[in-house]
Amino acid sequence: MRPALVRATDGRLVAGVARGLADHLGVDAWVVRLGFVLLALSSGAGLLAYAAFWALVPLAGEPSDAPDRPGAPAAAEADERATRLGPLLALGAIAAGVVLVLQNVGVLGGRGLAIPLVVVGVGVAVLWRVADDAQRSRLRATAAATSGLTAWLRVGAGVGLVVLGAGALLATRGGVRAALDGVVAGLVVVVGVTLVLGPWLAANARDLAAERRERIRSQERAELAAHVHDSVLQTLTLIQRSADDPREVGRLARAEERALRQWLYRPVGADAASFRSALEALAAEVEDTHRAPLDVVVVGDRAVDERLGALLQASREAMVNAAKYASEGGPVSVYAELEPTEAAVFVRDRGPGFDPDAVPGDRLGVRQSIQGRMQRAGGRAEIRSLLGEGTEVRLTMPLEAT
Amino acid sequence: MTDQPEGGGSAVPRVVLVDDHRMFRTGVQAELGDSVEVVGEAADVDQAVTVIAATRPDVVLLDVHLPGGNGAEVIRRVVAAGVDTRFLALSVSDAAEDVIGVIRAGARGYVTKSITGPELADAIRRVADGDAVFSSRLAGFVLDAFSGSSDVPVVDEELDLLTQREREVLRLIARGYAYKEVGKELFISVKTVETHVSAVLRKLQLSNRHELARWASDRRLV
Repeated sequence: MRPALVRATDGRLVAGVARGLADHLGVDAWVVRLGFVLLALSSGAGLLAYAAFWALVPLAGEPSDAPDRPGAPAAAEADERATRLGPLLALGAIAAGVVLVLQNVGVLGGRGLAIPLVVVGVGVAVLWRVADDAQRSRLRATAAATSGLTAWLRVGAGVGLVVLGAGALLATRGGVRAALDGVVAGLVVVVGVTLVLGPWLAANARDLAAERRERIRSQERAELAAHVHDSVLQTLTLIQRSADDPREVGRLARAEERALRQWLYRPVGADAASFRSALEALAAEVEDTHRAPLDVVVVGDRAVDERLGALLQASREAMVNAAKYASEGGPVSVYAELEPTEAAVFVRDRGPGFDPDAVPGDRLGVRQSIQGRMQRAGGRAEIRSLLGEGTEVRLTMPLEAT
Repeated sequence: MTDQPEGGGSAVPRVVLVDDHRMFRTGVQAELGDSVEVVGEAADVDQAVTVIAATRPDVVLLDVHLPGGNGAEVIRRVVAAGVDTRFLALSVSDAAEDVIGVIRAGARGYVTKSITGPELADAIRRVADGDAVFSSRLAGFVLDAFSGSSDVPVVDEELDLLTQREREVLRLIARGYAYKEVGKELFISVKTVETHVSAVLRKLQLSNRHELARWASDRRLV
């Protein structure tokens, strides 16, 4: 399939007309460019054709190399800046060529008329190019390719060139005096038009900006609605279905709360390899499997190494154990503290507790496995329990100072 | 506190509920039952300021997020209006920025909305008595924010550092200990625990340790 006829935004020299045509016709851009130049040499038809294409053919909607949006346009932008001199040179060369040819052919009645016309032409080209850039940066949803100031400078230069050209044109008719009058008259007209149309244009621009904001907002709303539908609404449905099972309802609600929190307060640059995230993930897993709420508070953070890995494993066992025995006494409290030379984790449940001197067999196993794990890695585990007041597991691991 | 007997631990605290969810206000009121007297309710910042000024409650139970501003805004305006009352912040947020923000504005405590009815009644009574109420999460935040190694020169030693004892108390609270259990663990009275927590609250509110604000905003997640 042949690509639609649009003006190219990448790899262009002046306005992307030649590149766009070339892509459309499936030939090399330089062939088209040469064609335009040759046509321009025959009484300026190429120039007129180019201007017509510029005015009538829309700018490409999306950059062709769009897959990774953030990177590609930026690269193209840099590319564009690097070759900014190119278009100017091209413009200049074409202008000079055309002036010479027109003069030789004598279409415009001699030297006097040709130069001003070209100046006007260049001014118009500059203005159009500014408009193009503005539209292009909008299409790409990047920060303006050219800063506001540069854009205004270019508009000023364009208008200046047009006025100057027009003045010079007048000067060929009635001398310098008339030319000055002409320039002044031209300026007056420009200022007048600006005053008349300015407010309207500004209002238009504001409307446009408001419309864009509204569009962005509605996109965000759609994203939010999609998220709420996939998560919260699903969970609410599940909760209604399992209304007879309070523990399951609690588990569902807490899991959803956790997911929603994660989504709302998405950590900026949270590191999955950090002790904090690892412990929180383990707690979430225990919460889901054993349907008991866990409150996790972590002070400090650092990357997980071998020792902290062992501490995490021991913490997991302690949390599983606490979750199993934490009855109605409230949530299991998990507190971790990372200091420069030591890490400590405290897991406390409000379950029935036990008499340490009369440890039930299954608890003994857990106890030994937690203590064994900690000791092998060079740490300590201490288990305190009081009948009727719950149990607290204290894990400490010496660390090498960072 | 004007027409209330001072130090009235036995008197039922007069409370204003500020939360934009009517269902939540109703639920809280039902859970608190007779342990408090709810003298007013408000759903947004302006309404809250008006109701608090009109009823002059002992304690304002304040949601951190409100339409037309936030909890901290209510505190600032009520204090500016010269109304003498105490605030207990209540939130689902748990984001450090919100918690530290509302405490710095002048709240005397912070609890999460998952708190049980009796615990909440206890917290309200404590705040009414002029004590501070720290959840385990808030204790964790404070320990984190005031954590020792700081390369910034400490301006006000007394306000910018926690004492060893205060640190121990906070650590136990972060571990899920109730005030009573903290006292037992450290062989001090509940009253002493309360004194330590109040001292920490004061430091939290007055310290101009400028990492505090930055720390809170950097730390977006609980």
